[in-house]
This record gives sequence, structure tokens and C-alpha cells, in this order.
Amino acid sequence: MSTAASSRRISYREAMRMALREALQRNPRAFLMGEDVGRYGGCYAVSKGLLQEFGEERVRDTPLSESAFVGAAIGAALGGFRPIVEVMTVNFSLLCLDQIVNTAATLRHMSGGQFSVPVVIRMATGAGRQLAAQHSHSLENWYAHVPGLRVVAPATLDDARWMLGAALADPDPVLIFEHVLLYNVEGELDASITGVDIDRAAVRRVGSDVTLITYGGSLGKTLAAAAELAARGIAAEVIDLRTLRPLDIGTVLASVRKTHRAVIVDEGWRSGSLAAEVAARIAEDAFFDLDAPLARVCSAEVPVPYAKHLEEAVLPQVPEIVAAARRAVGR
Amino acid sequence: MRSVTDLPRERARELLAAMLRIRRFEEKCIELYSAGKIRGFLHLYIGQEAIAVGVMRALRARDAIVATYREHGHALARGLSMEALLAEMFGKLEGCCHGRGGSMHVFDARTRFYGGNAIVGGGLPLAVGLALASTLAGQNDVTACFFGEGAVAEGEFHESLNLAALWRLPVLFLCENNLYAMGTALARSESQVELNVKAASYNIPAAKVDGMDVLAVEAAAVQAVAAIRAGSGPQFLELSTYRFRAHSMFDAELYRDKAEVERWKQHGPIVTFSAGLRAAGLLDDAELAIIEETVEREIAAAVAFAEAGTLEPVSDLARDVYTREAAAP
Repeated sequence: MSTAASSRRISYREAMRMALREALQRNPRAFLMGEDVGRYGGCYAVSKGLLQEFGEERVRDTPLSESAFVGAAIGAALGGFRPIVEVMTVNFSLLCLDQIVNTAATLRHMSGGQFSVPVVIRMATGAGRQLAAQHSHSLENWYAHVPGLRVVAPATLDDARWMLGAALADPDPVLIFEHVLLYNVEGELDASITGVDIDRAAVRRVGSDVTLITYGGSLGKTLAAAAELAARGIAAEVIDLRTLRPLDIGTVLASVRKTHRAVIVDEGWRSGSLAAEVAARIAEDAFFDLDAPLARVCSAEVPVPYAKHLEEAVLPQVPEIVAAARRAVGR
Repeated sequence: MRSVTDLPRERARELLAAMLRIRRFEEKCIELYSAGKIRGFLHLYIGQEAIAVGVMRALRARDAIVATYREHGHALARGLSMEALLAEMFGKLEGCCHGRGGSMHVFDARTRFYGGNAIVGGGLPLAVGLALASTLAGQNDVTACFFGEGAVAEGEFHESLNLAALWRLPVLFLCENNLYAMGTALARSESQVELNVKAASYNIPAAKVDGMDVLAVEAAAVQAVAAIRAGSGPQFLELSTYRFRAHSMFDAELYRDKAEVERWKQHGPIVTFSAGLRAAGLLDDAELAIIEETVEREIAAAVAFAEAGTLEPVSDLARDVYTREAAAP
């Protein structure tokens, strides 16, 4: 069954906006706040039109005070509300790291279970728009390091559409990382999906020769690499981690036990990366299932530069992923 | 300003008892620290008791409190059980946070006590958010946010005052100016040492109050809270005070004169208030002895409770990191 509405192509940005609109419609205790989310319509236009629809009380423009408004969202969550905070980019979130790490993440445990912090914090991450070294980094792994936080990275339209609802229903702080290059990606929503979990990794392509593990903005490149590998007769399985903390390592291990080879693709810097964590878990729990050394494709260890050719040289690209997978399978 | 002579006898004794209760409790804490029963950092409120006692009397049960790592006095004045507080400092399961927070991180949902925050300035944004929640819920609750003058140097102070004023939120900002941020004197860290002026620059009504005078504190807090409930938005009180003891138990106090400390002690909140009560015929030795005995009994019971407490099983270590366990794959 196909209707004009269900087959309409929408962008990742619009899918996120649908999720925000639904949250504001369904939950009277939910509200959105952040820099320029109202009149401006959101730095990446995600919240465009919501101010007109829901009013200033529920779509709140804030001063450029990351620590105060993220901390205020944490306080409002403690006070019984369900704030959704937008921080323009992960680089700016360093200005509210104190509130996220020292307060949101610790309060439930440190108070002996007395206080939960049901706050949702959304932010853009990643490179590819020539914004250079103060707007382009992928620091989600810093947050994925911290117990008490849930960290998710919607990589598909359906996850963009539905992860926010799951995050809002969660009693603990959830950070949503939206890769900047995904906002304009268009496609169709799967009409059969009416909600998703934020616990499990997803197998995005089934294969038997090598497992490619990735998340967020690198999923598209990894799927493109898998298609190239298929043309060479190599069947790559692609896993989208979806949730970076807590990691669904079970799905990863099940795949590696089948393919016996793993390549991890991560836009973060290699040293101390999420890719390092995934590799260590595989080495710890599936070492004897491996037929090839683990491999990683990460960003070059430099601040992301402005010039297009340099920026491209820094980031994981399809040919590198293909090359790493071919080395793993030995052909 | 009310003077001691206007005080009903019963209230006079309540105020004195509330301050003595905090003072004697913390003196016991020093002993227990030396005995190794309390560990970690221990920041004492001795000298500042009039502030917590005076402010708490202006608040209702539904109001919210955000305090700092020097918060034993606030917790006790707010009505936390002394037993649960001391057991917390002993690291026992029966502590208000099961021994996970210790002296610096005291929380209590029953009294809406949101910490205990060991990040200087870290509690201010939280207070703004709690006030936002009560406003959005259409309630008339106040969030009382205590912090030291050291927090004024933090960005979170400025961001939070601005946001609270901009959104006219019901926050009572309470700056306890004890003149030293750990070992750094105010004049060595601030270009403007009149801290109420900083608050006023954010269009927040601000007053400077003698934090050694419990009646002055109470009167100022009552007035500020009434204004907030009437819709004024945030209010700011700078409370001049002094910490009689070291910053923590690891402080040789090289940064201030012994003579200066002694001068302030002469004007301490308990010594001046009880002298005033005596002069007004509201207190005599027998009455003071009764208060001291009552406090002593409560402290002895709290020590016994904390001693008898149990340790949280290590198997529960990971409990409450998350409210919800992730679904298995």
C-alpha cells in the first residue's frame, strides 16, 4: 500500500523535525531549548517552524551560555520535565562538559538512586562541510566513555525519525549525535516502523566474509565500500552500532564469529577512539574466532583543516575502507 | 531590622538551638575525622551557621535547595536526618546516598535537597533549571541556591544569573561571602569585590546582609522569598560571613592571620546571638544547658546509628548508574 504521504521523500533533517514535533505534541512536559532553535529555526534548520507551532514557552531560544542552559535542562529534568536541548555542535558542548559529565551522568548513582536525570541533549558532530577545526570534530567517544550517559548516533532516516522518542522515554540522560552531512540526505521512511530501541546495534547489510563496524556519518561510506567489495566478490557484513554507550557488543561479536574478520570505521581520531574500544572488545571476547588482524579506518590525527582536499584527506573514505577489508580477507 | 528584644522566647531558642546543633555536629565531625571514621574531604561550616538557619526558616517544604560541598549546615537546617547525614559521611548504606556521595555530595529527595555539589559554581545552572520546572508547572516554589564567593569567578555564575533574570525565574541566589576561596582572598581574585553589584548588573535585586546575624539573614530571606513568590524573578543576597576553621582538613591556613580569625570569632553568629538573648533576658545558663544536652543526645544517637550502619554490598556497585538496564541483544 502506498500513498502520496508515505512515499514522499524526506530529508534526515525533516525526519528529526518530525520526531521533535511529535515529542512536543505528545508530551506536555517536553520542551526544546538551545541557541537559535526558535526564531532562527536551528543552526542546521532542524527546528524550523516549531516556534510558530508551539510557542516560546516550549521552543526556547537561549543565550550563548552552554553551561547554564544545559545545566538548566538538567535541573528542569530533576524538576519533572523532559527537556530536549540542542547544542549547536559537539565542539561547543565542551563549554557544558561540566554539567553533562559532573552532574547529569553522576546524579543518579551518587544520590543512591534518589534522582534520575531524564534529559535529552542533541548535537551536531563530524566534518565534511569545510568548517575547519572548531566545528568539525567527532568527540562523541568522549561522552561514550562516561558511565551514566547513553550515547546514540542515528545514521538512517528511520533512526532520525524514531530515536528521539526512545531517548525521551528513557529515564536517564541521552545524548544524540547527528552527523552534519546527514541532514540533507533524502529517502523514504519505512512505513512499517513506528518506533525503535536505543539499545541494539543493527546489521545494515548481511555478508559472510568480513564485518565492517561503524556508526553515524560513516555508515553511508561503509555501505558504499560494501557495495564495491561485493563487485569484487567479497561479501561484507555492515554493522551500525547505533548506540555508542552502552555498546551492544553482542551483535558485533556474533557477526565476527561468522565472518572471522573485522574492520572498524570511525570518524574519530584513532588514538583512544570508539574504534579502539570495539577492537579491544573483539580481541578480548572473540580473539580465537579471528582469521585476520583487526583493522581500523579512522580520521588522520590532525585538527580537521579547512581546505577541501585536506579535509577529505583527513576523513575515512571509501577506498580506504575497501582496501582495509581486502587486506583482511586477503584478496 | 528586628532586634533580639522583639523575639518570642520560643523562637529565640529555636534559632539558637538550630545553630548550636550544626556547630556541635561539626565539632564532632572533626573528632570523627581524626579518628578515621570520616574520610575524604571535610569542609566545615563553623562560623557560617546563621546563614543556613536564617534562610531555611524563610522557605517552605516544597521549595528546592541547591548547596555546595560545604553543606552539612544546610542539610541539617533543611531537616535532613542527622543520622542519615552522619552515616553518609561514614560511607554506610544507611547514609542518605548509601555512602556513595560522602560529605561533599549530600542529596535528599524528601526535603528537595539537590546536593551537595563539589564543582564550584556547578549548582547554579541546576538551580535555574529547577526554578524553570516550577514555573512551567505553574507552581509558586522557590529554589534557594547557596554558593560561596569563589563561585562568582566562574562563568557558570554569570551565565546562570543572566538566564534566571532573563526568564524571571524564582531563584534565590545566596552568596556566602566568607572572604576566601580556599586560600585566595576575594581582593586577590575579583576586580569588583562588592558582589551584590555584579548581581545588580544582571538586573537582579541584590542586597548585602550581615551573615553573622541570624535575624538579619532571616529577615532578608523572608523579604526576598516574598518578592520572588510575588513574581519578581530572581533575588540575590550577599551574606558577609567568615569560616572559622580551615578550608578543609588539609589546610595549614598560611593565607590568613590568626588575629584576623580571632577578630571574626568575636562576632560569631552563636556568640553574639546568645549574648543578645542573655542581655534581653531570653536565655539563661539553665536554658542553654538544656539546648546543649538535647543537641548532644541527638549527636550521640547519630554517631551510634552511623557506627552500627552496614556497608553497601560491592555486588550493588553498578546499581543506579542507569535507571534502566539496556535490553539484551
